[in-house]
Amino acid sequence: MLEQLVSALVTVVLGVGGCLAYFYGSNILLDRLFPASASNDMAAVRNLKIQSSVRPWLFLGPALILLTVYLIYPVFQTIWLSFHDKAGTSFVGTANYSWAFNDSQFRQSIFNNFLWLLVVPAACTFFGLVIAVLTDRIWWGGLAKSLIFLPLAISFVGASVIWKFVYDYRGEGQEQIGILNALIVWFGGDPQVWISLPFWNNFFLMVILIWIQTGFATVILGAALRGVPEDTLEAATIDGAGPFKIFWRIMVPQIMPTIIVVWTTITVLVLKVFDIVLTMTNGQWDTQVLANLMFDWMFRGGGDFGRGAAIAIVIMLAVLPIMIWNIRQANAEQKGGH
Amino acid sequence: MADIRLTDLNKSYGAIHILKDVSLDITSGEFIVFVGPSGCGKSTLLRSICGLESITSGTLEIDHAVVNEVPPSKRGIAMVFQSYALYPHMSVYENIGFALENQGLPRAEIKQKVEKVADMLQLTPYLTRLPKALSGGQRQRVAIGRAIVRGAKVFLFDEPLSNLDAALRVQTRMEIAKLKRSMPKTTMIYVTHDQVEAMTLADRIVVLQAGRVEQVGTPMELYDRPANTFVAGFIGSPKMNLITGEPAARHKAHTLGVRPEHFELSAATGEIKGMVEYTEVLGSDSFLYVATPQGLLTVREEGKTAFKPGDTVHVTPAAALVHRFGEDGKRLA
Ligand SMILES: Nc1ncnc2c1ncn2[C@@H]1O[C@H](COP(=O)(O)OP(=O)(O)O)[C@@H](O)[C@H]1O
Ligand SMILES: [Mg+2]
Repeated sequence: MLEQLVSALVTVVLGVGGCLAYFYGSNILLDRLFPASASNDMAAVRNLKIQSSVRPWLFLGPALILLTVYLIYPVFQTIWLSFHDKAGTSFVGTANYSWAFNDSQFRQSIFNNFLWLLVVPAACTFFGLVIAVLTDRIWWGGLAKSLIFLPLAISFVGASVIWKFVYDYRGEGQEQIGILNALIVWFGGDPQVWISLPFWNNFFLMVILIWIQTGFATVILGAALRGVPEDTLEAATIDGAGPFKIFWRIMVPQIMPTIIVVWTTITVLVLKVFDIVLTMTNGQWDTQVLANLMFDWMFRGGGDFGRGAAIAIVIMLAVLPIMIWNIRQANAEQKGGH
Repeated sequence: MADIRLTDLNKSYGAIHILKDVSLDITSGEFIVFVGPSGCGKSTLLRSICGLESITSGTLEIDHAVVNEVPPSKRGIAMVFQSYALYPHMSVYENIGFALENQGLPRAEIKQKVEKVADMLQLTPYLTRLPKALSGGQRQRVAIGRAIVRGAKVFLFDEPLSNLDAALRVQTRMEIAKLKRSMPKTTMIYVTHDQVEAMTLADRIVVLQAGRVEQVGTPMELYDRPANTFVAGFIGSPKMNLITGEPAARHKAHTLGVRPEHFELSAATGEIKGMVEYTEVLGSDSFLYVATPQGLLTVREEGKTAFKPGDTVHVTPAAALVHRFGEDGKRLA
């Protein structure tokens, strides 16, 4: 334990120190190679120009290289793999893709992902918005917001473990230790094996992500709501609009760009959802999703790099347009500048 | 038709007492201007009348009914905000029509009313535009249109010209005066810290200071008979000279108020001796700033002046036109 802490600390210090050393050193090197204090003025000006055009590349260089190695190269490698067989040796054309679209597991995953997509971003944004508005008006709102934000700090696996206990089921006659079943028994109902109830279990898993992400939506939307000019709300009050109308017609439209950014950010997250399903059901009882299916084929029982890669590409194609829209929207919002 | 009566109205934010025993009688159809220095509570008073702020104590009556607890939308009041407070995501048409929509009027009627108001304010070509695509003056007109369309009995304006440039300000001031003339039965309450706006627009002016009403009266009443030294110094431009000490005692006053135009100037003799510090010659009139033992006095002369900076002058207040104030700052006789 202590050993791990020490090594983590050393890594952090070395990493940060290394970065500083790189920026400092490369800058000095640039200065030496093209001195700004050259003997004649013409040369000095030229050197300064060279310096300022080289420096951005120098400073961005490490990031660009890392991005290429860990992001761009894998994309092309995955595309390449998706057109090859199990071991990635012989070309099979689009066989992996046609397999996927005829595979019942894959179809199930697409359907489930679609459900997640429909429910989670909408629920997070909705709850985030409502909580942001409500907590703005009460004195203990700050505390409530912190509590709602807290789950965001928990890893998906950690959160799933917590919720495993919530949904826990003990056999007939035993005491129910899961809070949900305990409550149901207390109210005189029959305990259920929640996570194996086909179709509905999807929603029980979604609750976990909603629980985690609502805090994020609350904080971002809360900040946006505070940016809505107070006097437009007052004008609407005088114009005879009630609280609901003011909320839906005056407040929400004014923060629409932020709502879209929150919505799409969570949408991208949902398309990649993996840890929760892996931890809770591992895709059993009809809860499979694309990311977990890919993981299955790539690294577990499946052991088929071609199929795994094909699924990965499908996920990427689904995420890409939303991602682009999200970035555009975020940029537009910044330019709109409040 | 709307009489407004405030009786001992008080407003506090927690322990901070903002409005102190404000009592006012406003007659239907009057153009009332609240004027006073920044932070004196003008906006707070206006917002209390419209219902955006609750009243701590005292009563507010509109048409002889106490409306302390009546919500803003039910008071028959429209407000033009300093920032205009247009709904940024709605077109000009929607901005103007929003109140009517809330009243549940049929679409056709909303359309007809909005178009009529837009026509009146020359906004017809801009009905489909968003506020951000309008100039300052156009936004101002949309804000006014939003007030007109509701057919409110009382219009409240909170410093509506402060966001406009100087030229547009004069023009809009005249338009507001015209608007008032076209709506003779509508009561208008207008807030400003600019006494020129107050003097030119008001039927009656309410001078406020630190949350208290200092004086209520027509512009000329305030100009001719300021009730105290505060009003004396606040109304009129350039400011009235307030002189204490021996020259005031000679007029049997603690403080003597003399407007710049009410001095006699002489090189040889006079009540107060001083030295011309600098002059502003504007052609139609000239202003002399005279350093005296009682402080710097502003003196206005018709046309050009013969005095130059450095000259010794004697100034004599015109006895019939001076304002005399007692030790408490109140007007004597
Ligand atoms: N919500 C509030 N809470 C506490 N003090 C306030 C509040 N609103 C205004 N005030 C104070 O009330 C005083 C009068 O404000 P205001 O009516 O806006 O002045 P004016 O419009 O004459 O410039 C100011 O000193 C201001 O700081
Ligand atoms: Mg104000």
